[in-house]
Amino acid sequence: MAPAPGVLNSRSTVNSKPPFLQSAPPDALRLEQALSLLAQSGQGAPAGTQGSTPWLQSLIDALCDLSSRDGLTGLANRRNFENAIARESDRVARSGEPALLLMLDIDHFKRINDQHGHVAGDLVIKAVAEALSATVRPMDLVARFGGEEFAIILPNCPPAFGATVAERIRERVESRAISLVSGQQLGCTISIGGAYAPQWVRSTPSVWMERADLQLYRAKSEGRNRTCLEPTPVSVVSAEEKGLLFASSIFGEDLS
Amino acid sequence: MTVASGRRARITAITSGKGGVGKTFLSANLATALARQGEKVLVLDADLGLANLDVVLNLFPKITLHDVFTGKSTLDQAILETSGGFSVLLAGSGMVEYSRLTPEVREQLTDVIQQVVPRFDRILLDTGAGISDVVLYTVSLADEVLIVATPEPTSLTDAYATIKVLATTQTRRDIRVLVNQVSKPGEGRVIRGQLQQVVDRFVSPGLEVPVKLEFVGEVPIDPSVRDAVKKRQLLLECLPGSAAAQAVIAAATRLRA
Repeated sequence: MAPAPGVLNSRSTVNSKPPFLQSAPPDALRLEQALSLLAQSGQGAPAGTQGSTPWLQSLIDALCDLSSRDGLTGLANRRNFENAIARESDRVARSGEPALLLMLDIDHFKRINDQHGHVAGDLVIKAVAEALSATVRPMDLVARFGGEEFAIILPNCPPAFGATVAERIRERVESRAISLVSGQQLGCTISIGGAYAPQWVRSTPSVWMERADLQLYRAKSEGRNRTCLEPTPVSVVSAEEKGLLFASSIFGEDLS
Repeated sequence: MTVASGRRARITAITSGKGGVGKTFLSANLATALARQGEKVLVLDADLGLANLDVVLNLFPKITLHDVFTGKSTLDQAILETSGGFSVLLAGSGMVEYSRLTPEVREQLTDVIQQVVPRFDRILLDTGAGISDVVLYTVSLADEVLIVATPEPTSLTDAYATIKVLATTQTRRDIRVLVNQVSKPGEGRVIRGQLQQVVDRFVSPGLEVPVKLEFVGEVPIDPSVRDAVKKRQLLLECLPGSAAAQAVIAAATRLRA
């Protein structure tokens, strides 16, 4: 039988503080750097009485959050993304749910940087990040993959909608004007590649990413500012076919 | 291992559109029934990505198909005898890299099947669910295909989609249907008829030879199935008198016809 919570750590119930606090009282912990990192990120100080366990927990939570986000855009960073895609690919392996992975890349980003400078480049990256976040559902994970590359995991996205969703994201970025510090208006476009997680098979996230990347490469080589999704071999069953399939007495009526 | 001259196994691929319909459970118990009816049976766990035949059979294999593919073991070392009187070749959990049909996977699978064909009367290929290229390729290696479906609408839709793909991408015209988890007698036959009707209307008109779905049987919802799975035993061994066990035996008999 599993022990009740709390009984599990019966040895430490004598002294409920974790070992590191027993040897180092809270005021002796070197927390200045952690606190200044939080302040700099705009998160503010942790809640609660300084040095208390809830205060330390909220400090740790804030640091975890900070270490899973991209500093410039606030999107999930690559570490966070890799965790999420590993989870998602395991989940859909048995559930058979359709999950779409999009890889996105800002077109001619080097040219933007060269012509307008790195500050403008950063603004463009931020604007694209905002456009992506604004276009997807709350359950989707938008990540900055690195440089001018982004990735989006869309759980439970039916294959029939994949192309529409990707195209909407591309259009949203294209239609957005970015105001530079100089007052100049700048536009940018993105290329998108996408692939669905293999259904009913256990695969690896790297295989899934490779397939989406291949489509991104295709979008780039076909002229950029476009979306390319891996063609799905899924045979579509039309409403008419379903209608006939479920037409007879099997559902609901008595067979006798 | 002695090879009976002229022996050539009949290869039956067992597949389903949707996962979780009891495909692996039925493979193991059909193999038991076929073995009792005198066939020398091998179940090849071709569900390379999500193999769980070892779980169903409560086996802890040290050597798997993965070791054969990587050249670490011989095929003979990987073939295990089960309490059900049939042999198994398990995929093992190190098979994630086989979720895509690469030329190597294709070659290795073909090679293994060629080697076992002269040694058995029947090979059951327990394929993965769905219609991935690995599943379609595995099915293409079989002499006949058995589709497992349940009366659940999503299972039926996926079974129909699988039949459609098999009929249009392979020259398969005879497909066997086994309906699992039926709640009333006769439901399986009705479902087969229903599938046939949709196939006749939407699939066969585009083909030279129409697709014929052959009813192999129906297995009722039966609490003894859950008991056997929980105990990780073969239903035909621990509860041979149960309605589900009797239905599996009847299906095996029809499969031999």
